[in-house]
Amino acid sequence: MPKVKVPRKSTSVDMTAMTDVAFLLLTFFMLATQFKPDEPVTVNAPSSIAEVPLPDIDIMTITIAGDGRVFFDLEGQQYKEELIKKMAALKQVSFSPEEIKSFSLMSSFGVPFGQLKALLALKTEERAKIQQKGIPADSLNNELADWIWQSRLVNNNVRVAIKGDQETSYPIVKQVIATLQDKKVNRFNFITNLNTEPVE
Amino acid sequence: MAEIEGGGGGHKKGGKPKGKKLSTRVDFTPMVDLGFLLITFFMLTTSMNKPKTMEINMPVKDKVEEVDKTKVKASQAITVLLTENDKIVYYFINEKTGEPETPIITDFSKSGIRSTLLTKNRELLAAKGFNNLDSIPIYKEMYRLNQIDEATMRANISAIKNNKDALIVVIKADDKAKYKNLVDILDEMLICNIGRYAIVDITDIERDLIKTAMAVK
Repeated sequence: MPKVKVPRKSTSVDMTAMTDVAFLLLTFFMLATQFKPDEPVTVNAPSSIAEVPLPDIDIMTITIAGDGRVFFDLEGQQYKEELIKKMAALKQVSFSPEEIKSFSLMSSFGVPFGQLKALLALKTEERAKIQQKGIPADSLNNELADWIWQSRLVNNNVRVAIKGDQETSYPIVKQVIATLQDKKVNRFNFITNLNTEPVE
Repeated sequence: MAEIEGGGGGHKKGGKPKGKKLSTRVDFTPMVDLGFLLITFFMLTTSMNKPKTMEINMPVKDKVEEVDKTKVKASQAITVLLTENDKIVYYFINEKTGEPETPIITDFSKSGIRSTLLTKNRELLAAKGFNNLDSIPIYKEMYRLNQIDEATMRANISAIKNNKDALIVVIKADDKAKYKNLVDILDEMLICNIGRYAIVDITDIERDLIKTAMAVK
């Protein structure tokens, strides 16, 4: 009986198609990724069923850390440049062009105005290491009110978003809300995480 | 893997060295490895869900003339007090005496404040002959199926929510409450479809009310 010859097939598989898929997905994820700006404090926002997404532009974010420190951020580089100039005029301090540039590139910050110069002198990596004291927001010295008011002068379409930590105690939140109301901001947003608990 | 061709042994017979035919195929395996490694990295770093927001409208702080104030019937309002350890104390105002009724302690669970709000709201609306609270999910479903446009849906829902006879919730938090509690109770307003609510400062009388309610328990 003649032997049946099984033709020897190569074991190597054509990888081209797989490469295509891999790179297609890679491109998608690269384009979809938005790197988070480094924040000076981690905030664990509470969750809710609200589904309105946070707008990307025309927004100022007031971050309230769990220990009650208040941080401030205004979206948009050109607005931030205007803001620091206005604040400097208000507080009668002058900033060098480098400091203005550095401010416009900085994300959320939380130091009293007097310490801002020192903060701006630091490099980005160094800033993350130091403990920022928080913007004073009490009735004695309410710098937060100045920041809010000047931001509204710089960009009058700006909306306010409050990003509080779950564990923040209520009086601080109340103080921030009262400050906003004082500055005639009666409409604002609370930033929350989406909660997918079924609702009946 | 990419093979390395061992040297062909050079010329044995003194003839011309044979030009070996090399395959034009390139091994793509390392490239695929690299591709997937990068995909994994980007997949892990990407946060797809953008933060959501909850919009709050506060009343204008300026003094409101007494005549402009909306009169609220006592029986229509519920006062919700937020306090420590995620507890809620709520009470109604007795219509006849104008005094607060016995406060009740509850929490943020499903059978807690949510059921109270839903039952009370339904009761109030049913007493006036409105039974359209259940139409809200129907309108939402109709919008999802493109049977009505967004403006119609919003108008219909807001008409139901802002019914003159619906429940009005007064939210007050004491100093021991957490920010989470505030967001949670506002979330309940969304879940229970309550259109009219306000965040108000707590008074000393209510602080005592919480204290006595907690002591009884």
